[in-house]
Amino acid sequence: MNDMTLPNPSEAARVAPPAPLGMLAELTHRCPLSCPYCSNPVELDKRSGELDTETWKRVFSEAAAMGVLHLHLSGGEPTARKDIVELTAHAVKVGLYTNLITSGIGVQREKLEELANAGLDHVQLSIQDAEAENADKIAGLSGAHDKKRIFAGWVLELGMPLTINAVIHRGNVENIEALVNMALDFGARRVEIAHSQYYGWALENRKMLMPTREQVMKAAETVERLRAELQGKLVIDAVVPDYYARRPKPCVGGWGKQSLNVTPQGKVLPCHAAETIPHLEFDYVTEKSLSEIWTNGSAFEAYRGTDWMKEPCTSCPRKEIDFGGCRCQALAITGDPRNADPACSLSPFHAKITSLAIKDAADDGRDYIYRRFGATPGNAARVQITRNGAPV
Amino acid sequence: MSDVPSEATPKLPRGVRLRRDEVRQEWLLLAPERVLKPDAIAVVVLELCDGARTVGTIVDELAQKYAAPREQIETDVKKMLRDLADKRVLDLA
Repeated sequence: MNDMTLPNPSEAARVAPPAPLGMLAELTHRCPLSCPYCSNPVELDKRSGELDTETWKRVFSEAAAMGVLHLHLSGGEPTARKDIVELTAHAVKVGLYTNLITSGIGVQREKLEELANAGLDHVQLSIQDAEAENADKIAGLSGAHDKKRIFAGWVLELGMPLTINAVIHRGNVENIEALVNMALDFGARRVEIAHSQYYGWALENRKMLMPTREQVMKAAETVERLRAELQGKLVIDAVVPDYYARRPKPCVGGWGKQSLNVTPQGKVLPCHAAETIPHLEFDYVTEKSLSEIWTNGSAFEAYRGTDWMKEPCTSCPRKEIDFGGCRCQALAITGDPRNADPACSLSPFHAKITSLAIKDAADDGRDYIYRRFGATPGNAARVQITRNGAPV
Repeated sequence: MSDVPSEATPKLPRGVRLRRDEVRQEWLLLAPERVLKPDAIAVVVLELCDGARTVGTIVDELAQKYAAPREQIETDVKKMLRDLADKRVLDLA
């Protein structure tokens, strides 16, 4: 039994692409936390523009019919949607595997119980650090960490499997063993040790977030050791930090190959950062069916397969393995999304990404730019830790 | 990697689902952030993992059904169950 791999699309002679395995539904950008590495775009969608209940239900039905297996109910904080139970119940009804990606903040036990009764398959809870003070500083909300511990207890009481997700950066990279132990202590079956990926808010905060090469190496050793020690108790999935890598990650498993993302206002993206590529045009679920967008949408076609590639990717034996890495990172660092991801040592820009990492890791900046509505770096909203939304 | 006891009663925990995918025309085991493709034999074994049958009973049933040597089936089944338990997609208790 092997992890699933899909047929190579270039062998399928431009027939319909294989069905996506997973869909990320960003139900809302509203969130009680303000993590400076948030994967949401810097320009957040407002509540008034969010899709209504019936549209999301139709999108879930379309997703299931076209072969999506996993539905990730995400945000922002997905439970900020008043219709979260109705949406989850519908997703379960149409046969999707439902995963709630939550901060655990602002969710009452009754609501979680309703979600469990609706058939929610799995809960993924974010944790910012292993100790409360720094965790709350990163989240930008006092008291958040302690609430997460309580929330994790409810998930277990209600019989649902729990994954802990910890985004790793300079502010917590030394605490990986403690984070993994905390996941065990919380009763998780799985933990994601996910090094921050530098798009959107994380790119704005890169000087504050970038770890040193030594920290990254040590983190990798720690993960390997704990994996062996905890086999059968806890699954540790790691997302590697690619600024110090030699080979790029196969970003989203290949563009338009395995997954898609729907924004709060219904824009369909090949990956959550795709809007940073300025010339791409995205379709909306309010205008076309999900299947039509997946199969023929120009943004999905732009970098699907390997025909769009340039050297060194075109002649690379690994082009069907990593698909040239990440288009958004190629754009951000090299100025051209068709270039090889500069994380690859074969990229002429590889030295640049390494030197950016070393420079940023040595920065002694002390202020995060917190993720807030309207808090784009242009208006310099460097907000300190807050209690109930007010600075303290 | 420890041995799987014959008296264990394996079952798929909540959050792991064995289902027939009509779009891809195949059996899938869905787990958090993972899709596993069980082969035909694995599907038969997983359908017997109901939390009531012991591993010993499952092996007996398969040995009878496939008229195969019990020892060989026991080795294969226990290896498969250990592998799935290590991935935390099967409970052995």
